[in-house]
Amino acid sequence: MQFIYDIGPRIVAITAQFLGQHFPAWAVQLILMIVSVATIAVFVLITFMFLTYLERKIIARMQDRIGPNRVGPLGLLQPVADAIKMMTKEDITPTVAHRAAYNIAPVLVVAPPLMAFAVIPFGKGMIAADLNIGILYAVAISSLGTLGLLMAGWSSRNKFSLIGAMRAVAQMVSYEVPMILSLMGVLMITGSLAMGQIVSKQAVPFIILQPVAFIIYFISSIAELNRTPFDIPEAESEIVAGYHTEYSGMKFAMFMMSEYVSVIVMAAVGTTVFLGGWRGPVLPSYIWFLLKIYVIIFVLMWFRGTLPRLRVDQLQGFAWKFCVPVALLNIFMSGIVIFLVPPNTTHPLVQVAAYAVGNIILAIVVLLLYRRPTARAAAAVSGA
Amino acid sequence: MSITQVAFILISAITLGSALAMVTSRTVFVAALWMVAAFVGVAALYILLEAGFLAAIQLLIYAGGIAVLILFAIMLTPRVMQPMEGLSRFNDQWMFVAAVSAFLFAGLWALAIRTDWPVNLQRVTGDNIFLLGRGFMTQYLLPFEVTSILLLVALVGAIVIARD
Amino acid sequence: MLANYAILAVFMVVAGLVPIGALATAWVIRPHKPNPVKSEIYECGIETVGEAWVQFKVQYYIYALVFVIFDVETAFLYPWAVAYNRLGVFALFEMSIFVAILLAGLLYAWRKGALEWV
Repeated sequence: MQFIYDIGPRIVAITAQFLGQHFPAWAVQLILMIVSVATIAVFVLITFMFLTYLERKIIARMQDRIGPNRVGPLGLLQPVADAIKMMTKEDITPTVAHRAAYNIAPVLVVAPPLMAFAVIPFGKGMIAADLNIGILYAVAISSLGTLGLLMAGWSSRNKFSLIGAMRAVAQMVSYEVPMILSLMGVLMITGSLAMGQIVSKQAVPFIILQPVAFIIYFISSIAELNRTPFDIPEAESEIVAGYHTEYSGMKFAMFMMSEYVSVIVMAAVGTTVFLGGWRGPVLPSYIWFLLKIYVIIFVLMWFRGTLPRLRVDQLQGFAWKFCVPVALLNIFMSGIVIFLVPPNTTHPLVQVAAYAVGNIILAIVVLLLYRRPTARAAAAVSGA
Repeated sequence: MSITQVAFILISAITLGSALAMVTSRTVFVAALWMVAAFVGVAALYILLEAGFLAAIQLLIYAGGIAVLILFAIMLTPRVMQPMEGLSRFNDQWMFVAAVSAFLFAGLWALAIRTDWPVNLQRVTGDNIFLLGRGFMTQYLLPFEVTSILLLVALVGAIVIARD
Repeated sequence: MLANYAILAVFMVVAGLVPIGALATAWVIRPHKPNPVKSEIYECGIETVGEAWVQFKVQYYIYALVFVIFDVETAFLYPWAVAYNRLGVFALFEMSIFVAILLAGLLYAWRKGALEWV
């Protein structure tokens, strides 16, 4: 029974032992690396296909309709049908498009989210590369995604693509700062950037100790993913299809893939940093990890089915005028609380109480600072 | 020839090749993209030097920020968006320049071969990110605070210029 | 320590092969019937007007610039956050000075209207 709980390390150990009898050490390492990377890639792709189906079903139910239910039982083979459709559609390349950049852009958009999975702890002892810069690597690789977008928008030689790409990149870039700043509070408590360390220090999940940081991180990652309510770059009524207007067939599927795989990456990083990663009482570690990821993904899809779209100036103003100062205040508050209540030596309940006090003070300060704009907005809504 | 050396040669070739492609490209946008490839190559070189933090910061700031900045600046200038047709890559003085460059290269090569480079075989013990943080707060505090003033000056200057 | 990073190279190769493999499969399977009208740029179903460039809006550039400044700030915040636990409260004062200076810059940008999307 025990082997279900650490099935990952066991399989690795058994394979290493088996291969060690036939191959030299470096070859064993290489084969293990390739196999683990391939496993992660297969898991990610299957989850991506399932997510496309899940999104349509959930949004359909929220809109009081059924969603895909024709292809296979409960419509579960819909992603397969979509994949076949994408593959067999003709790839219409505009004649004036810049060939090289136009063809490379889909690859450059998909590669960074896939690479970010190297540092995600899927379970106890199941992390591909426990780098000492774990979370910094995940953030840095996510920031590379903007370049593929710019290439796609420019190489299409289409005005809408260009505008859409620039708006998407301006939005993604504006929300990267609050996202990074919101992770700082957690890093201060942990004292390390390694993902394995961050999970192991979460006897009390960090969402309880840093709720403001979690909210800012959540909002910023929705904006990074270009999802509703921040999906101006993809809104069909606004700008045709933005940066992927001129793409069809499999290349378009690549843009969709990059979006959904980024969703999984953000959910995984959020789970690891705020929800306690793979920690949990009874079930195996990887099951807890999957459950927590799906909770975050469900909330993301819930937002998509419920909230209207923000205007471009609203979302940019929100990033720089609200999220960045609040995240900085959160860092300051965490600094004071850590100084008063050092995380390694105090009882968890004392920590929770101290952070609760700190967060309440932070909330009061934020509400006081922003009372004039909120009053104006409330008057505008109720008066006009 | 250890695997690190092979990796170094490969990554250097990619970085230098990207840099070469950048300066010889006809379209400014494509040149900027090659520059990004050079940045990523430099980040890989940092990893080879076991400076993981620096590699990630290089990716985050250079490839994620400065590259976007330069690409935006290029995209917002109408005349540079098309490839420059009819422009030869060589100007009239290319023979003289080639001779001077070859001379400089030979001189630098000779210098590099003959110098006794002090190799620091002392490994950095402990978590180097913690050491960096501590260094910022204790030994290098003044450069750290001056950097913030430098960033402020850059920000204010850019806004003043852009508003006009 | 470097062995940890070796798996990143494998990841890069696999992350590159997934889209390339998918695109190659599609290239084999899909039809290919180019047509001059199909291959034109889309502009709401009419002929394109003018070259494809965007009207100079300095806003895009300002956002990218403020982002780079704050990105460098977060680069300094990372080692400080990792070391904070073991450093004591004077580290908080010093970092507060750093952040306050940059916050002053953000406030200046806010007041001058540089953060408005006009």
